[in-house]
Amino acid sequence: MNADSEANGEAKREDRAAPPASTSTKEPLLEMRGISKEFLGVRVLDKIDLDCHAGEVHAIVGENGAGKSTLMKILVGAYEPTEGEIRIAGEVQSFSHPLQGQHAGVAIIYQEFNLLPDRTVAENIFLGRELRRGMILDRGEMEARSAEILDQLSPDEKISPRSQVGRLPVDRQQTVEIAKALSLDARIVIMDEPTAALAGHEVERLFEQIERLKERGIAVLYISHRLKEVFEIAERTTVLKDGQLVDTVPTSSVTSPELVRMMVGRELDQYFPPRGDPEKRGPVKLRLRGAGNDLLEGIDLDVHAGEILGIAGLQGSGRTELARAMFGADPFERGALELDGKEREIRSPRKAIAAGIGFVTEDRKSEGLALAQSVRDNVALAWRGLTRALRREHVLKTSELVEAVELRYRSLGQEVRFLSGGNQQKVVLAKWLATEPQLVIFDEPTRGIDVGAKAGIHDLIRGLANEGVAVVMISSELPEAIGMSDRIIVMRHGRIAGELPPGSTEAEIMFLATGERDIATEEPAAPDAEGPR
Amino acid sequence: MTGTVKNAFGTFARTTSGPVYLVLVVVFVICFTVVTIDGGTFLSVDNVREMLVNSVALGIVAAGQTLVILGASLDLSVAYVISLSSLIGAETMDGENSRMMLGIGAVLLFGLGVGLVNGLIITKLRVNAFIATLGVGLVIRGYIEANYAGPAGRTGDDFRKLGFESWGPIPLSVILLALVVAGVWFLLRYTGFGNRLYAVGGDEQVAKLSGVRTHRVIITAHVLCALAAALTGLFLASRLGAGSPLVGQEATYDLQSIAAVVLGGTYLLGGRGGVLGTIAGVFILAMLDNTFDQLEVNSFAKDVARGLIIIAAVAAYSVRWSKRRRRQEIAAEGGLPPGGEPAVAGGGVAR
Repeated sequence: MNADSEANGEAKREDRAAPPASTSTKEPLLEMRGISKEFLGVRVLDKIDLDCHAGEVHAIVGENGAGKSTLMKILVGAYEPTEGEIRIAGEVQSFSHPLQGQHAGVAIIYQEFNLLPDRTVAENIFLGRELRRGMILDRGEMEARSAEILDQLSPDEKISPRSQVGRLPVDRQQTVEIAKALSLDARIVIMDEPTAALAGHEVERLFEQIERLKERGIAVLYISHRLKEVFEIAERTTVLKDGQLVDTVPTSSVTSPELVRMMVGRELDQYFPPRGDPEKRGPVKLRLRGAGNDLLEGIDLDVHAGEILGIAGLQGSGRTELARAMFGADPFERGALELDGKEREIRSPRKAIAAGIGFVTEDRKSEGLALAQSVRDNVALAWRGLTRALRREHVLKTSELVEAVELRYRSLGQEVRFLSGGNQQKVVLAKWLATEPQLVIFDEPTRGIDVGAKAGIHDLIRGLANEGVAVVMISSELPEAIGMSDRIIVMRHGRIAGELPPGSTEAEIMFLATGERDIATEEPAAPDAEGPR
Repeated sequence: MTGTVKNAFGTFARTTSGPVYLVLVVVFVICFTVVTIDGGTFLSVDNVREMLVNSVALGIVAAGQTLVILGASLDLSVAYVISLSSLIGAETMDGENSRMMLGIGAVLLFGLGVGLVNGLIITKLRVNAFIATLGVGLVIRGYIEANYAGPAGRTGDDFRKLGFESWGPIPLSVILLALVVAGVWFLLRYTGFGNRLYAVGGDEQVAKLSGVRTHRVIITAHVLCALAAALTGLFLASRLGAGSPLVGQEATYDLQSIAAVVLGGTYLLGGRGGVLGTIAGVFILAMLDNTFDQLEVNSFAKDVARGLIIIAAVAAYSVRWSKRRRRQEIAAEGGLPPGGEPAVAGGGVAR
């Protein structure tokens, strides 16, 4: 037994040095066999097999809730599997704490970075295993080693180990994450949606870094919704669906539609409700001229009653900021805002609600709902914020509202946290309908909602517009932005980069969003893709 | 002012405790002016020494409190720990010089125990720190009230030197304070524990997923905080010559220490700040007290003024931080402040 493990130890070292091609025929560096996981009796993973060779990039794809993240959390030791076995370089592992995963050489780069913005790069990289001389931290050594790894990863643009992480741009924060993984002598690096927050050229840089990981004989597990990336860098792809393994295939042997079919179990459903008749669109509801604040500049915009105005753009381009400004959460400080042709100031959400504006936020769990309260209380939330006169005018009819949004619920007293994502979103919508709004802003209305439920939300949004409500819809899912919108505004750097007619292509949007021509994405995102954070 | 001095000053002002020292200087100038105009003396050796000695008790507790607050925790039991520590110390010493070390040992052991209990309740039983330490404090208060009606025990003469003797011009107690502050500073700046404490306070999930044993860090912080409170009890016993069942509560060391920490620029929700700010906060409070005493301001006006100053200072830090954080987020997202250049690493971001 001892001799065995020693031999394996030797093998590891050889694996690391050997070129990737020759290792792929050997036994895989990572083997997961029959992994299952139950939470409170609910089986979220069912007998998953997965392996990955040294120097290989292995993609894992699947819809939201397919079990990708759970599987990875088991691999790093954040969760314990209910059953199944993990072998690394032939040795059986059992982790009950991320520290044990670390020791075995497994590192993960989460979609949401695990970095402390107030601490320096070196402090972050060596967090939890600080280098010491005697009792004293050896900052010099930590900084030197950080610099060494960072320089390998990003030789062109040096990152100082002393910079405060929160002041670095996102892609460089990610480089710090990767450096942190490497400083652990990781043999297996998991990347969970690493490109979610990156712009096009930053993705290229990430791929270069992944190439360097491969050269070092590191096994990379790559989780992404963006199939184009999967085809670009992964040797093999594993598809998960509803906690079960669909298949593991060499990436070159499948096409993108085939992969989508495996993920969804059916052809990609491209149904969107029919657009409104442009002839019939109503008068201008909201007009912005030269509006701006800290984060926005020179916004000229008309939103008509009865239309859906889509807003696209990259993460950080000012989409959400624009919505928040219109809703008075971070109000405009310059320019003119007109509602129904009259100049108005909307300095707070309360004023916005009184003026007939609703805002379905991006993060319904923290900004849209009181999760531990009942359906009834949640539906009444925004209505309670109305002035007494308005409350008398718009009588609250909870049961009619939940019926209007086709909510599936047990009772009005049910706590909303027990509803599915789609139904929670319907509660948020009902909450706004209670104020009888004339303008509703949706920020990522179908984020984290199952494919089937999405169509229902889309119908509701179009239904609002058909009733003459002005709708503004932010979406980072380009097919959704294109399929739903009557017009699309593209944001870039806090400004409006341009406006596109309905039926524009994703390439046209990306061109406006990035200002770069070469990032045309002929590849549709996965059906349930979560957009940039 | 030369460029380098200006730069060094700018760098210093950007650290978390930097602005606290600006406040310290401003408060000093105001106190000095007011007292001098009033015909008193502010900067005499005696008065400075008095202010320093008056800072010792609060300074030591607040140094401990800094640790738990940095770890996004809180210790409301310190006032009762101080009282019972003074009693345990004085009773164990029982007026005998030979029993001094025994008394110190007993008190420190008591502090260690309370800190351990606090830490374990918070981490293992997952009771919110506010409730956990309040509860432990109430238990200690109950014990004190059931067993002590007034001062008890007596410290030996040797031990009383701690409270009254000087080493050269510097009172021994001030040296004790300096040692505690230096120790905490060293711990935060130069040890793995310090780095992890900032991490746990900054984001417990991040710390955990980076392999930090977060419970251990929190428990350690609580033990150190309770030890600091026990030390304060010892110091007060040395000053009083006996143990007192009310010495901690009367000076409301629980809330005062939290006020000093926050006044010192440490973020109440953890992860940001340091002990050098805290000690500046303690000095600010001591100078205000001294000034109010010299001006013979009534205690009501004194409390009102203290309260307003604390709120004003913390509001100033908070506004400053939220602006800075917002800008960092924009920089991090690669966004562009209107009219500016794309934010690049390190540069282009106004603080």
